[in-house]
Amino acid sequence: MTYDKKEKKVVHAEHHAHGDDHFREKHLMLDPLPRGQMNDMVMESMTEPPTWKFWLVFGILSVIVAYGLFYSWARLIIEGVGIAGVNRPSYWGIFLVNTVFWIGISHAGTFISAILRVFRAEFRRPFTRAAELMTTFGLVQAGFSIFMHLGRVWLFYWLLPYPNERMLWPNMHSPLSWDLIAITTYLLSSTMYLFLPLIPDLAMARDKSTGWRKIFYRTLALGFRGTEGEWAHLRNAMNIFAWAIIPVMFSVHTIVSWDFAAATRPGWNSTIFGPYFIVGALHSGMGAVIVVLAIIRATMKNMKYFIRPEHFDAIGKLMLVISMGWAYFFFNDYMVQWYGGDKWTKQLLHFHEGGPLGWMWFAMLICNIAIPWAVLWNPKWRSIPWLVSMVGIFINVGMWLERYIIIPISLTINRMPFTWRMYTPGIEIPLGIGTLAFFCLLYMAASKLIPLIPVWEVQEGQMAHKLTKYGRETVVTVSELE
Amino acid sequence: MATVSDLKITELKLSEAEGGKWGMVIDQDICTGCQACVAACAMENNIPFVGDEDSGYGRSMHWIRIERFWEGEYPEVKMTPNQPMLCQQCGSATCEPVCPAFATVHSQAEQLNLQVYNRCVGTRYCANNCPYQVRSFNWRDYQRPEPLPNQFNPDVTVRRRGVMEKCTFCIQRIHKAQDKAKSEGREVVDGEFTAACAQACPANAITFGRIDDPESLVSQLSKQAHGVKHLEELGTFPHITYFKGG
Repeated sequence: MTYDKKEKKVVHAEHHAHGDDHFREKHLMLDPLPRGQMNDMVMESMTEPPTWKFWLVFGILSVIVAYGLFYSWARLIIEGVGIAGVNRPSYWGIFLVNTVFWIGISHAGTFISAILRVFRAEFRRPFTRAAELMTTFGLVQAGFSIFMHLGRVWLFYWLLPYPNERMLWPNMHSPLSWDLIAITTYLLSSTMYLFLPLIPDLAMARDKSTGWRKIFYRTLALGFRGTEGEWAHLRNAMNIFAWAIIPVMFSVHTIVSWDFAAATRPGWNSTIFGPYFIVGALHSGMGAVIVVLAIIRATMKNMKYFIRPEHFDAIGKLMLVISMGWAYFFFNDYMVQWYGGDKWTKQLLHFHEGGPLGWMWFAMLICNIAIPWAVLWNPKWRSIPWLVSMVGIFINVGMWLERYIIIPISLTINRMPFTWRMYTPGIEIPLGIGTLAFFCLLYMAASKLIPLIPVWEVQEGQMAHKLTKYGRETVVTVSELE
Repeated sequence: MATVSDLKITELKLSEAEGGKWGMVIDQDICTGCQACVAACAMENNIPFVGDEDSGYGRSMHWIRIERFWEGEYPEVKMTPNQPMLCQQCGSATCEPVCPAFATVHSQAEQLNLQVYNRCVGTRYCANNCPYQVRSFNWRDYQRPEPLPNQFNPDVTVRRRGVMEKCTFCIQRIHKAQDKAKSEGREVVDGEFTAACAQACPANAITFGRIDDPESLVSQLSKQAHGVKHLEELGTFPHITYFKGG
C-alpha cells in the first residue's frame, strides 16, 4: 500500500514539473487547435497533390486489380470454375476463406465506431471514419469473393427474392439465403452509418474548395449548413444507427458461422461457432484497423496530430482483450469436440495438427495468441505504431489461417474416406490478391476524396474536455454535450 | 409441452422419410468391382468424360463409383469387399435444405432427391453437406470427341459448366415404364425395367425396384437381417441397403 502511494506521488511530481504540456502532448482531446486551422489541416491532407510514390503504388495496385481481379474473374466465368483448385471434397476453397476474412475485417469498423460511440469512449473520435471505411470496402471484397465462387455467377439474381412469373423464390431453409440478406443489410446500414457523420465534414470541405471538388462536395453534403435543427436531426439519426447497427453486426457473423455450423460435417457442426466467429472477426478487424491507422499516420500529411500513440495504446488494449476472448472460444470449441470423441472429428483434429498442413494450425495459434499476448501487455510497446501494426498484420495472417483450417482443411476429412483429397489452390490466389489490392486501391482513392478524420467530432470532443486544477492536482474533466 | 398428438405427427413424418418408393439393394459380397455399372451409368446419363488432366486431379465425373478399401497393416493387407457408392436417395436428405435456389428438391411423386440443373447456380453447398460425397460438379464444359456425341441419350439433359449433378435412379427409365404401364391401364410390374447400373451388372449384385411394394424382390431383399444402410445414424434415411459378409 505504502509503495503504491509513493509511486503515485512520483507521477504527480512529474506532472507538475512539465505543467500541462504533458497532457497536451499525450492526448488529442486536451490539445485543441483553432477550428479553422484544424479544418485546413484536414483539407490539406486530402487535397495536396499526390506524390510520385502515391501514383507508383496506385499504378501497381491497379495492375494487380486488373489482372488478379478482373482478368482472372473473366477467365473463371468463361472457362468455368475448373481453373480454380476447388475439388471434391473441398468444394469451398480460398473463395469462402476470403469471404469470411473480408467480412471479419469489415466488423471492426462498425465495432469501433458504434460500440465506442454508444459507450462514449472518447479515444474513438479521430479514427471512427477510417474504421467505417474499412467496413464498406471490406464488404465489397467479401461480395466479390462469394460471387466468384458461384458456378454460374451470371444467374446470381436467382438468389434474390424477386417477383417472377414462375413464382420461384429463394429457399429460406438455406443458411446461404440468410447470409445474402444479412450481408446486404449490413452493407446498406454500414454505408448509411458511414455517410451520416460524414455530412458535416463534407459541408466543411464544400465551403473550403473550388472547381470539381466544390460540385462533388456540394452534391454529397445535401445542403447541410449547420443549423441547430440540422444538428439535432443528425445526432438523432446517428444515435439510432449506432444502436441499431450493433445487433446487425452480431447477426451477420453469426449467420456466416451458420453456413458451417448448420451443416453435417465433422468439425463444422459446432454450437459455439456463432460467438467464436464474432470474436474472430473482431480480432482480425481490430488488427486491420491498427494497420490502416499506422499507414495513414505515416503517409498522410498532418495525421501525426490526429492519430497519436494514445490511440494505438487504446486499440492495443482492445486487441489484447479480444485475443484473450478468441483464445477462450477456440479452446472451448476444441476441447468439447475433442472430448466428444466422435470418430470422424477425432480424425479431423489429428489432421489439423499432424497433417501435411499442421504448420498452419500452430502458426495460427502463434499469430493469434502468442504474439499479441507477448507484445500488447506492455503499455510502452503498445504505443509504438509500427510494432502494434506488425502485431495487427500477424493477427490477420493468423485469422486467415484459421478460416483456411476451418474451410478447405476441414473439408478434406469427411465420412467417406475414399474421397479424401488435399486441396491445392489454383486461380484463387491471384483472385484473392486482387481483392486485397482492390481494397487498398479503394482506400487510397477515398483518402483523396473524403476527409478521413471526422473533424467535427474531434472539435466536439476537444470542447468537452478540460484540464481543471483542484488544489495542486490537475484533473481531466469531460462535460456532457448531449 | 409436447402432447401425444405432436408425437404422432413426428412419427408420421419419420415414417414418410423412411418409406420411400424406389429403392436398391447392393450385395457387396458378389460385386467383382468390374466397373460395368460405372460405364453403363455414364452412357445412360450423358455423363461427360473429363479428360486425363482433370481426371488425374480427381475430377472424373461418375454418379456411381466403386470404393475399394483394405484392412490391416502391410504385409498383412486384406482387401475388403468392393463398395459401389451412389446417391442414397435419402428420405431426409441433408443436401436439400441447404440449396439457396431450390435446385435440389425432394420429389413428391417419385420420393427421390432431384437435381434441377436449370435452376442450379453452383454454390456447391449441397455437395459439401452430402455425407456420402456422391455429387459431381461440372467444373468446365467438357468436350466429347467424335464419335461420342452419337451416343447421347435423348431422354437425359446435357449439363453445362457450373452445375451440380448426381444419380437420379434413372428417373427417365422410371417415367418411361410408368407411361407405358399407364397407357396399358396397369401398374408397373416388378422387374419390368431396371436402372442402368443394375442392368449392366454381370454378377447381379445390384437390385432395383419398388420398396413400397412388399412383394417386390428389392423389398424382400432389403428386409434381410444382414442388410445395412450407410451412415444411418445421421438420420438421413437412405434408400439403399448394402449386404456385406452375409
